[in-house]
Amino acid sequence: MSSVEPSNGKSMTIIVTKGTLDWAYPPFILATTAAAMGVDVTMFFTFYGLPLLLKRLDLEVTPLGNPAMKLPMMGVHMAMPNLVGMLPGATAGATTMMKNLIKKKGVASIEELRQAAIDSDVKMIACQMTMDLFEYKLEDMIEGPTLGGAATWVENALKSDVNLYI
Amino acid sequence: MSEHVLDAKGLNCPLPIIKAKKMLKDVPTGEMLRVLATDPGSVADFAAFCRTTGNELVESKQDGTTYSFLIKRLS
Repeated sequence: MSSVEPSNGKSMTIIVTKGTLDWAYPPFILATTAAAMGVDVTMFFTFYGLPLLLKRLDLEVTPLGNPAMKLPMMGVHMAMPNLVGMLPGATAGATTMMKNLIKKKGVASIEELRQAAIDSDVKMIACQMTMDLFEYKLEDMIEGPTLGGAATWVENALKSDVNLYI
Repeated sequence: MSEHVLDAKGLNCPLPIIKAKKMLKDVPTGEMLRVLATDPGSVADFAAFCRTTGNELVESKQDGTTYSFLIKRLS
């Protein structure tokens, strides 16, 4: 597919280090959009970003320690005090609220964006060291990502026009 | 000249761009793709998309809450 795709000769790499429901968005949004604009994109998944390659995603978001997370509720923006965020079920509740907003506002799901990234030939590299460290197995991951390490990213980054760390 | 239409109303960034790109692949060079969207960010985004991909943004207009973009496939 990529061979017949118009490319503008530009390339971009993104280091993906975060795997919460909110932070999963920026790398996938930028990767899919850049790919749609003819940019060759490489995503390097490391540390908490690595689980974004698991076949079954179970992403959550917590308001704990994040006073900037104010969700719209009945016309106002509400933050959850840390003390409440610590209670059992608070993370699940915040995740449900976020997912409802995502659906209501016509925002793509992470699964949808990840599939769009795969469909548009975004290259994905799974950090081998993180696989070892957190004991992830390749068979639990989606098909497509290759294994690599820091040198693999550096080689790509040196040839790229844009390099992001998210 | 035939016109292809993509209804991206109700979709948020980056879905209108991604779906437009997907559809543009099947539009023969020289023909038009009409995109309808409700995302106000798509006004700047479709202009940037067309500049970067070498396609022509023939028309960008607003009708109420709906934005309409006419893209001529050149690349």
